[in-house]
Amino acid sequence: MSLQLFTQYLFSGITYGILYAIVAIGFNIIYNTTGIINFAQGEFVMLGGMCAISLHEYMPLPAAILLAVIITGIIGGLIEIIFIRWLDSPSVLRMIIITIGLSILIREAALFVWGESVRSLPYFNGDAVTSVQIFGANISPQVLWVIGVCSVIVVGLSLFFQFTYAGREMRACAANRTAATLCGINTRSKITWSFMLSAGIGAVAGCVMSPITYTQYDIGPGLAIKGFTVVILGGLGNSMAAVAAGLLLGIVESFSIIVVPMAYQEVISIAILLIVLFVRPHGLFGSSETACLQDF
Amino acid sequence: MRMLKIKNLTAAYGRVRVLKGISLHVNKGEIVCLIGANGAGKTTLLSSISGLLRPLTGEIILNGTLIPRRADKIVALGCSLVPEGRQVFAPMTVRENLILGAYVQYRKDKKALAGIETVYDLFPVLRERAEQLAGTLSGGEQQMLAMGRALMAKPKLIMLDEPSTGLAPLIVKNIFKIIQRMRTAGATVLLIEQNARAALKIADRGYVIETGKIILQGPASDLLNNRDVQRAYLGRVKGE
Repeated sequence: MSLQLFTQYLFSGITYGILYAIVAIGFNIIYNTTGIINFAQGEFVMLGGMCAISLHEYMPLPAAILLAVIITGIIGGLIEIIFIRWLDSPSVLRMIIITIGLSILIREAALFVWGESVRSLPYFNGDAVTSVQIFGANISPQVLWVIGVCSVIVVGLSLFFQFTYAGREMRACAANRTAATLCGINTRSKITWSFMLSAGIGAVAGCVMSPITYTQYDIGPGLAIKGFTVVILGGLGNSMAAVAAGLLLGIVESFSIIVVPMAYQEVISIAILLIVLFVRPHGLFGSSETACLQDF
Repeated sequence: MRMLKIKNLTAAYGRVRVLKGISLHVNKGEIVCLIGANGAGKTTLLSSISGLLRPLTGEIILNGTLIPRRADKIVALGCSLVPEGRQVFAPMTVRENLILGAYVQYRKDKKALAGIETVYDLFPVLRERAEQLAGTLSGGEQQMLAMGRALMAKPKLIMLDEPSTGLAPLIVKNIFKIIQRMRTAGATVLLIEQNARAALKIADRGYVIETGKIILQGPASDLLNNRDVQRAYLGRVKGE
């Protein structure tokens, strides 16, 4: 394989990989504070993209994206307040059914509002044919936007959880909710914030990806499956591992074109998901010891 | 001056009535000890006071005001619970655990984190382990961390749920010493203990709770010499 082709595949893999990682981090944020796997995570990505596209008709791109992220965040918070908050330690199965139900609800609402048409945001720089030459490969500047923005999110989130007071409180809720309450932390509001944060970063990913992948009302479930694969691959609740796992999945998918036809790309991630679930259910980077403490 | 006054408190888990009309009080600066068998309702009582469990009926008055419903607001009022089984934030460092304990103070006063030095002075071992993950500490160290974390909120009333469970005798002795020192530092202490003898020795007054009711109360020295208490909770009767 030529260096040019290799670079091309590599960048494509990284682009998708980091998107999967962002979806996976969204899963992890909510899982960590509540123990819930939110299968409506992919819908947040879709909502972010769709809102930004609609808003862009009335305002410049940065404002549209910002507003779309805020709106999606608020929707995430409302979902927690309306559907999740009043449940008193629900079973895992019940939560799965509720979040899948929510994902269907959001999808149908999006179909009603935006219809079936495929939309996209304009390229942030240039247009579909603008490209940057890297090792002879043609890379769209949008790819660099995706990689840059997603990296900023990843680094920003880890700094937020490590060093800010609000971040520490959210980690405390994750570690031991009773103890967090006894420290005077309002755990309920922290959980609402975690839904907002998770929805918000999903929306950011939805916006930067939109020019490349396009946005349609039903892109959510596909992304959720990819994101969930990455979560399982990296080990539940571990956001840094999710980045590594996301990149791994993205790159494997992109290079798989050499061996299998493009149409089978989807199969690869599901195959990986199944293999990991059978062989290492605690993830590549998780320890089996902590896995047996989790009820999922 | 009453720090805590409980009137006719009843509480239940589902349909199981656990507290059947408890009334008690704790004066400012006292160490009050609650003794009773497993399942008598001791932990339930502390859960009700700290807001983790909503009581059915009754009044809980802390420092002259009726306690709010939400547990986090009760902490802000100056009533901290060191729960049974330590409940430290295992994946976080010792220092982070303590900082989180200061949360309620920190909102009002950005200098609240300085309290960490006082806690380190009280528990020097925590200073040594400051950057270690709390989950890697021994049971005794975790108990100290849980107590230190509660102290970071500068509580007026500190409640301890079985602080000596599962600890080596030497460490237990140390823990009880620290409880006495917390009182000297100005805190009021409500203590639950399986180790009734050790607890009554440091306490001013005691209550005996049995199947959700207070059956006996009085100065700790009286309870230590009470034949029924000796037989039921202290393991032997003098002179028998």
